[in-house]
Amino acid sequence: MTETTAEGTPAPKPAGFLKQLGRAILLMRESRIGMFGGFLVLFWVFVAVFVPLFPLQDPLAITRNAVNMPMFSVDHNQVFHILGTDDRGRDLLSRLLWGSRLVLFWSCAATFVAYIVGMLLGVMAGYRGGWWDEVISFIGNVLLSFPLLVLYLVILTTFGANSPAGQWLHHAFGIGPVVVAGVMIIVAVMFGTAPQVARIVRGLVLDLKTRDYIAAAEVRGESPIYIMLVELLPNARGPLIVDACLRLGYVAITIALLGFLGLGLPPPDPDWGKMINEARAWGSMGMNAMLWPAFAISTLVLGLNLLADGIREISLRD
Amino acid sequence: MEAKADVPVLECNNVSISYYTRAGEIPAVVDFNLKVMPGEAVGIVGESGCGKSTVALAIMQYMGKNGAIVGGEINFMGRDMRTMSPAELQDIRGSRISMVYQEPMASLNPAMLVKEQLTEVPMFHEGISEAEAYKRAVEILDAVRLPDPDRIMGSYPHQLSGGQQQRVVIAMALLSNPQLLLLDEPTTALDVTVEAGVVELIKDISARFGTSMIYISHNLGLILETCDKIVVMYSGQAVEFGTVKQVFDEMRHPYTRGLFNSIPLPGADRHSRPLVPIPGQLPLPHERPNGCYFGPRCDYFSEGKCHGRLIPMQEVKGVRGHRVRCSRYQEIDWEAAKPKGVEQEPIEFGPPVLEVKDMQKYYEIHDTSLAAMISGKRVRYVKANEKLDFVAREAETLAIVGESGCGKSTFAKVLMGLEESTGGQVLLHGDEIGHMPVRKRQPQLISSLQIVFQNPFETLNPSHSVGSQIARVVKKYGVAKNPSEIRKRVLELLDMVKLPREFINRRPRQLSGGQKQRVGIARAFGGDASVVVADEPVSALDVSVQAAVTGILTELQRQKRTTMIFISHDLSVVRYLADRVVVMYLGHVMEQGTTDEIFSPPYHPYTEALLSAVPIADTSVVKKHIVLTGELPSPMNPPTGCPFQTRCPRKIGTICETEMPPVKELSPGHRILCHLDEATLKAMDPVIALAKDDKSKKAPTRKATSKLAKTASKSAKAPAKASSRKKPATASRASASAKSAAKPAAGKTRRTSRTKA
Repeated sequence: MTETTAEGTPAPKPAGFLKQLGRAILLMRESRIGMFGGFLVLFWVFVAVFVPLFPLQDPLAITRNAVNMPMFSVDHNQVFHILGTDDRGRDLLSRLLWGSRLVLFWSCAATFVAYIVGMLLGVMAGYRGGWWDEVISFIGNVLLSFPLLVLYLVILTTFGANSPAGQWLHHAFGIGPVVVAGVMIIVAVMFGTAPQVARIVRGLVLDLKTRDYIAAAEVRGESPIYIMLVELLPNARGPLIVDACLRLGYVAITIALLGFLGLGLPPPDPDWGKMINEARAWGSMGMNAMLWPAFAISTLVLGLNLLADGIREISLRD
Repeated sequence: MEAKADVPVLECNNVSISYYTRAGEIPAVVDFNLKVMPGEAVGIVGESGCGKSTVALAIMQYMGKNGAIVGGEINFMGRDMRTMSPAELQDIRGSRISMVYQEPMASLNPAMLVKEQLTEVPMFHEGISEAEAYKRAVEILDAVRLPDPDRIMGSYPHQLSGGQQQRVVIAMALLSNPQLLLLDEPTTALDVTVEAGVVELIKDISARFGTSMIYISHNLGLILETCDKIVVMYSGQAVEFGTVKQVFDEMRHPYTRGLFNSIPLPGADRHSRPLVPIPGQLPLPHERPNGCYFGPRCDYFSEGKCHGRLIPMQEVKGVRGHRVRCSRYQEIDWEAAKPKGVEQEPIEFGPPVLEVKDMQKYYEIHDTSLAAMISGKRVRYVKANEKLDFVAREAETLAIVGESGCGKSTFAKVLMGLEESTGGQVLLHGDEIGHMPVRKRQPQLISSLQIVFQNPFETLNPSHSVGSQIARVVKKYGVAKNPSEIRKRVLELLDMVKLPREFINRRPRQLSGGQKQRVGIARAFGGDASVVVADEPVSALDVSVQAAVTGILTELQRQKRTTMIFISHDLSVVRYLADRVVVMYLGHVMEQGTTDEIFSPPYHPYTEALLSAVPIADTSVVKKHIVLTGELPSPMNPPTGCPFQTRCPRKIGTICETEMPPVKELSPGHRILCHLDEATLKAMDPVIALAKDDKSKKAPTRKATSKLAKTASKSAKAPAKASSRKKPATASRASASAKSAAKPAAGKTRRTSRTKA
C-alpha cells in the first residue's frame, strides 16, 4: 500500500492497432508451444477463408459407384481423389476443406454469443451483488450441474430443426432448416457455456470493484450501467482471452459431437462430425472416410489449446 | 564465530549488478561501495528505482533467475562470497546474515503456527531439539517485547496485528544471533506509533546483541534515529557516504541537498518557505548519461567536469570517512545553495463552507451464528465515527490526522456519499448531505465535492486514456459543452498540474506514480469543486515527488479558493500543508485547532505521543521520547470511558476508565477531549525543540555490550545535563514501559543520552 514510485521519463507514443498486433505476434515467438498452436489455427482459418479459390471438387457432388474409395484413387470418371471419397462418392478432401468453414463459423458465432451473455450476467452478479448475484449464480449452478450432453439433447430435440418448434419457425418466418439448426446450436451452446463465463467474469469483477477508479466513478454519480460497461468490463479482458481460445476449442468439439449424434446441421452440408457418423456405419470400409474428419477436428482443437497455453505462459512470464 | 574488531563484517567493493530481461541487460546498480564494521548500523537512503533493495538481495546472494553481479566483489567477514558454495551460502543465510522485509504479512507463512516458524530457524541451522528451540524462541520474543509469548507462539500470523507480526519477523531474524541484519523498509507498512516502537526495538537489539545492521529506507528521519552511518543512493550509484552527522549537517552532494529541500522539516511554511522539488526526472537505467547520473537535474552541472566519464567516489578533503561522488563539491557554496521557492502571501480564508456537527457513523454487523442467537445480541456495531464536530472555511486546508482504524476514511466516505451517516449533520454550504448517498445527490452538489485518492496506481482506469478520463468529468458537470471546448479545458487542466499536453492520449500504464496522481488531481479539480477531499494523496509517492504534488495542490487552492480536507497520518506533511488540524483516535476527535496550536503545548496525550513518534530529519531538533505500549483497540470493542485510556502515558486513574472525558476549550477553536485539568495541560513541555547546547548534538555511536566501560562513562556525563529537561519524559516513559523494567541498566541510560542528543 505504501510503495513508493519514481518519476519516469516519458514513454514512447502508443502504437496503432496493427503495430500492437504485430508486437503481439512477435511476442508469441517466446513460446514454442504457442507458436505451433497458432500455426495450426492460422492454417484452418486460412483454409476457411480462401477455400473458394482452391481447385477442388464440388463437395456436394454425389458420384455413384465411387463409394468409399481409398486415398490417391481415380474413379471411373477419371477424377483423382487425393483423400478418397465418402459413402456417397463425394470427394473427401473438398468436403474436409469446405467443412472447415462451417465449423469455424458456427463455433465462433456460438462462442461469441455465449460470451456476450456470460459477460453481461457475470458483471451484473459481481457488481450489483445481492439478489442479482443470488439468482444468477443459482441459475448458473443449475445449468452447470446438468450433464452437458443431456442438456444439449434436451434443447436440440425440443427445439431442433425437426421438432415442432423448429417447424413452426420454419413455416412462420421462412427460415431455412439449416439456419434454424444453426441458431439452435448457438442457443444450446450458450446454455452450456455462458454460466462458466459468467462465473469467471463475476470473480474478476468482485476484485475489480474494490479499485479506486470505480469509487471515483461512483463518486462522480455515474449510473451503474455506465460503470459496468465502461469501467469494469474493459478491464476484465486479461483472463478472458485465454479462456476464449480454450472455449472455442470446446465448442468446436461440441459442434462436431452434435453432428456426430445427428443433432447438428442437416445434410448434405459437410459437417465434420456428421461425416464421421456417416462413415462409422460402414465399419472397416469407411475407415478412410472416418479418420480424415477426425484428424481435422483434432488438429483444430489441439491448435486452439496450445495457443491458449502459449498465451497464458507468455502473460505469466515477467 | 566472534567478529574481530577490525575485520569489516561486510565489504562491497565496486559492485555492479544487472538484470537480464526481455529488453536486454539493465544495469541496476553501478560501482557501489560499502563497508560495515562490527556493531555498526549503516543506513541506505534513496528513492524508488535507486537500487537499494537490489543491493540487499545481492548481499544475500539471492538475485533470482535474471539478476547477476557483473562486477566487483562482496566480502562477508573477509571472505569473498563468490567463492562460497551453495551449501555454504545456505548455511550463512538466516544464521549469519538475516533479513527483515517490508510487509510482515507477506514474510510469515499464513498456514504455519508462529511457533513452528520460529523454532525452524535454530533447528535447521544449529540442529538443536524442538524443546530447546522453543525455549530460545520464548526468550527472543521477550527481547522483542511481545507480551504473553506462549499465546503468540500458539497463534497463526493473521491473528496478530501488523506491529506484532513485524516483531515476530525480527525475532526470527535474530534467533541465530546473526552478525549482519538487513532491514528493508521494515516499518513502512506500519502505523506511526507502532513504527516508533519497532524503531526503538531495533536500536535496542543492535546495542544488546552487537549485531551490525544495514537499514534501508526512504525516510531520512528514521535513518537519523537508528543509524551511525549513511549511504545516499541515486539511480544505482552511491553518491554520498559518511556518518549521520557529516551527511546531515555538512552534505556535499547536490542530490542530498535536493532531498533535504524536499522534506517538510519543522520551519518550512508552504507560503513563505515552500519546499523545492528537484527538477527533472529520474533517468531510466538504459538512459543514464555518460558522466554524472545526476547531471541533467543538477544546478551546478558543468560540461567539462561532470560529463564524459564515470565520476568516482572521493574523500572529502579534511574530513575522515566522508566520501562523495561529485567533481565540483569544493566549488559549491553550500550556504547559498539552499534554493528558495517562490514566496507567496498566505491565503485568506472565507466563510465556513463545510460544517460537521456531532456526526456519527456506526456500521451494523449482523451476527448469524448460533452463539449470537442464543445470547440475543444479533446486531453489533462498529463505531467508526463518534461525535465529529468541526468546521472548514473557504480556501482553508483542514487536516484530519490519525492512525489506521481511527475513522478518517469512513468520514471521507460519508462526505462523498459512498456511505450514509447514522446521526448528526454534515452541512455543505448549508445543505445537509450526511444522509444523502451519491445516487440521490444533484449534479451541482456532486461536482462541488470531489476526492483525490491515495493509491496512484489504482486511481485511473487502465483501459482508458488520460484525456478521456478527465474529459468525462468536464462533460458530466457541464463545464464545457462541445468537443472542442472540452478538449481545450482538458488541456488547461493538464497545464495546471504541470503535465505535458501530449499526455492527453497516453494510457495510465505509461505514466509514473507521481504523474498519475497529478492526473487524479486534475480530475478532481476539473469540475470546479469547492471542497476537495485528499485521502493521503502523497503517502505512496517519493519524497521529491511529494514536494511537487503538494506544491500543485497549494497552487490550485490559491487560484480556485478550494477548501481542502487533507487526510493523512504523516505529521510532517500535515504541519507543512494544513491550516487547521483535527486529531482522531478510534472514531473520536481527540484534539482540534490551528496547526500552531496542535504542534505546540498544551497537547492531548495522544497528540503528544504522535508527535514524538514522527521521525524528523534534522540533527538540531531535540525530541521527547514517548513510546506507547499496547495495540490499537478494535473499533468493535472500544475501551470504556476514554478510548485512549488503555495506552495513555498520562492516565490519571479510574476516572479515565469509567467516564467519557469532556471537551475542553483551551482557546477559541482549540479543543481537547481529556480529563487532565488545564494546569497540567498548560505545563506540558514541547515535544520538539531546537537544541541549545552544541556539544549535545554529537550522535553517539552504538557499541556492543562488551564495551560497557566507555558507555558507562558517557552516561555518567549525560544525566547531569539531562535531569532538568528529562524529568517529564522519564516519568511518562517509566509509566509507559512498565513491562520493560527488566532491561539492563546500561541500556536505559544510554538511551537517555541518545535521545537527549
